[in-house]
Amino acid sequence: MLRLIGKRLVGALPSVIGVLIVTFLLTRALPGDPAAFFAGPAATPQAIEEVRRALGLDKTLPEQFVVYLKDLSQGNLGNSIATGQPVLTEIRTRLPASLELTLYGLLVSVLIAVPLGVLAATRPGSWIDHLCRVMTTAGVSLPAFFTGLLLVYVLYYRLGWAPAPLGRLDIFYSAPTSVTGLYTIDALLEGNGEVFRAACAQLLLPVTALAIFTLAPLARMTRAAMLEVLGSDFIRTARASGLPKGKIVYAYAFRNAMLPVVTTLGMVFSFLLGANVLVEKVFSWPGIGTFAIEALISSDYAPIQGFVLTMALLYVALNLAIDILYIVIDPRVGFES
Amino acid sequence: MSAVPVLAVDNLSVEFRTRGGIVKALEQVSFSVNKGEMVAIVGESGSGKSVTAFTVMGILDAAGRVSQGTASFGGLDVLQAPEAVMRDIRGREMSMIFQNPRVALNPIRRVGDQIADVLLQHGNVTRREAPKRAIEMLTRVRIPDPERRAKAYPFELSGGMCQRIMIAIALSCAPKLLIADEPTTGLDVTTQAAIMDLIAELGAEQGMSTLLITHDLGMAAEYCDQIVVMHAGHIVEMAPTAELFAHPRHPYTAKLIAATPKPTASLMDLAAIPGNLPDLRAAEIPPCRYSARCERRQSRCDQALPYVLGEQKGSMVACWNPL
Amino acid sequence: MSETLKHIRYVLTENPVTLFAFSLFGFILFCALFGPYLAPYDPLATNGAATLKPPSAQHWFGTDALGRDIFSRVLVATRLDLGIAFFSVVLTFAIGALAGIAAGFFGGWVDRVVGRLADTIMAFPLFVLAMGIVAALGNTVGNIVLATAIINTPLYARVARAEANIRRNAGFVEAARLSGNGEGRILLLQILPNIMPILMVQCSLTMGYAILNAAGLSFIGLGIAPPTPEWGILVAEGAAYMISGEWWVALFPGLALMTAVFCFNLLGDGLRDIVDPRRRT
Repeated sequence: MLRLIGKRLVGALPSVIGVLIVTFLLTRALPGDPAAFFAGPAATPQAIEEVRRALGLDKTLPEQFVVYLKDLSQGNLGNSIATGQPVLTEIRTRLPASLELTLYGLLVSVLIAVPLGVLAATRPGSWIDHLCRVMTTAGVSLPAFFTGLLLVYVLYYRLGWAPAPLGRLDIFYSAPTSVTGLYTIDALLEGNGEVFRAACAQLLLPVTALAIFTLAPLARMTRAAMLEVLGSDFIRTARASGLPKGKIVYAYAFRNAMLPVVTTLGMVFSFLLGANVLVEKVFSWPGIGTFAIEALISSDYAPIQGFVLTMALLYVALNLAIDILYIVIDPRVGFES
Repeated sequence: MSAVPVLAVDNLSVEFRTRGGIVKALEQVSFSVNKGEMVAIVGESGSGKSVTAFTVMGILDAAGRVSQGTASFGGLDVLQAPEAVMRDIRGREMSMIFQNPRVALNPIRRVGDQIADVLLQHGNVTRREAPKRAIEMLTRVRIPDPERRAKAYPFELSGGMCQRIMIAIALSCAPKLLIADEPTTGLDVTTQAAIMDLIAELGAEQGMSTLLITHDLGMAAEYCDQIVVMHAGHIVEMAPTAELFAHPRHPYTAKLIAATPKPTASLMDLAAIPGNLPDLRAAEIPPCRYSARCERRQSRCDQALPYVLGEQKGSMVACWNPL
Repeated sequence: MSETLKHIRYVLTENPVTLFAFSLFGFILFCALFGPYLAPYDPLATNGAATLKPPSAQHWFGTDALGRDIFSRVLVATRLDLGIAFFSVVLTFAIGALAGIAAGFFGGWVDRVVGRLADTIMAFPLFVLAMGIVAALGNTVGNIVLATAIINTPLYARVARAEANIRRNAGFVEAARLSGNGEGRILLLQILPNIMPILMVQCSLTMGYAILNAAGLSFIGLGIAPPTPEWGILVAEGAAYMISGEWWVALFPGLALMTAVFCFNLLGDGLRDIVDPRRRT
């Protein structure tokens, strides 16, 4: 199994190289002359030439790519014009906020979508089956930023159940000592129940908005996979052996049906990381999405490249984790040929 | 051989609801399996063999419905019994093995665990004993190196090996009746004989009755005491094996026998059976569903089917103009 | 052909949801074509006397912070949103379908190059890649169309590749080859029309996604500049008012957006029934 996992790790290399090349090209594809842009509007031709040399833009593209890689290997992603800080530092401080949102979004989505799909498949034609169908079609049609706004209006403005959509923690609380960077977990580690509750309250609405958006593909896949597995020969064998329904549905059918669902998780992560940016904006969440949006508006390029690169590497890593999870749960991987 | 039937199916009819209408998959099917006996149900695909088996096991699809008849298993009508009772009987007193054993086993569960699951459900064993008992079962179905094989997944085993595992699952609780639905389909020829020998031997050891579902009349002749011939949802003829081969009375049986390869006959003598099964969705199906293919058809064949009992016990032919 | 029409009629009458989706599509198309002529107010005209008014008989969807009529703005925006989605899908179709068919039909290095490119695009979270592309190429509507097209391309390429691969040695292709047609000609005149229906289903499904994506980009301030009415921007403009209770500013453009995406998703499912009756869900 270790050898298989190693194989997958090597298999992810082309993706990483592709990501590096694309992000590099994106930095070189800036509109107009990047040297003139960075030198500022009042620069003389000499000044522009100087900037060009300083940025290494006078070299050939492959040479520039090597320089880019060298910078990356030293963790140099450039500086943010707006804050003057190195982009790497900015991203490192903001990433936990985004991760907390993404992970809880996924967790809630899986916890709702999988049981829903299973129930729909085991009771075809029932109200829960119809509910599942409506939710899967409606869920993908609801932009996460719009759902987020609706939730804010109803649960914060109308009912007052949720706190104001302004960041990770109400201003009355101070952030827990950073261990993982995830406020909920850090608060628990600190044993600070109040901060934990406050952090959960802030997470409630954005996580719901994300979960509603990503629920659809997961529930749809779970339902389809369960239906297919329940109709397969080995389920008939299990029934003919007199195994109880619970054992058949969960130990036999469910575990098999989870295999395609795990594969779908890759696509779900793609959805989730994109929707995360939009939801962060709605809830003034201090994550890397908000950081990137601010940089976009002020045409601050280094942070945007850093953001795209971070997200892409994160996504490659998540896909790798999914692959490895698959190897662990499906004994057949690697033997099929 | 005592004459107490382990399974007695009487006047069984089954319908399927489909998009194209109601399919009368079985009509007035009656037969019985005695203790220790091996009975074959023979017919083409679509003749209702498997539907009969699934109905008796109580694992028919949701679309299927028993419209009349009884199936008495040890005095209990399994068609009326509640699901909880049936679940307890399945795998313990009445087991089933299937065709294509490689897909009939859970692909991501170790085969030893799959046997242990059934033992834990029905076999009065503890969690600790179950794996050991599973290995014992593997030994009984003559799997070499059973300790290691118990940890294997189905994809790591050959088709024949998987069918042995299926047999181990089915026989783990020493059932009174085994239903073997085309158990050798999808296996190569040498393995086929080994599997059938194993079923026959273990059946004899345990005094178990076997209902063999097959399209292979030759195999039925080799292993079974009694043969039931089905065509398009009807039993057209049944008789003890020797009698059926010596004196087939239904024209369809005669054709089937002529179409079965024998060591003494050349391939040139194999006869094809003309025509196809009738469309069972049609509102008006002729009373004799073979009449459209039959060379001995008469005008009275349009009347309700006669069930003519033979001289020997357990022999019957459903034909107005038998051979 | 009449067989196809009969089948379409059967699907429409058999499945009221599909009929509904088609009617909704007609309605949205109507709004896109004639919206600007039907709008009761100038979508850009401000009115200091009627700012942030809730929905009323004069202003069906209320007014925004500058007193502009939201109904008119939402209606007029239809053309732009649909246009962006439409052109990006056409572009995706042109690039993705051709690359995919070529990959599936020729195999070999063409297949490897196309596959590698598609994998590279798929290695990014798609919306993030779109953000990066628009940031790099410049903040214009054209680049929104391009970015949306690029991120959807791998989906088309995969579908087209699989379908072309099945058909590369089909009877009608062999026949065309034997009658002296070149490979490129076969690809365009035989394979492409043959897999067109399957790609059309894909088109409808990606239309919804393209609308969502474009609206998302403009929601975060990319592409379309503010006074222009566009659903994503309209929602963004209304976002701040959600916490002060003026729900209508964001709600109506959001609903329009949702309805359009919903319509294309339903339409895609319906078209799949028409194209492939066996795979009904």
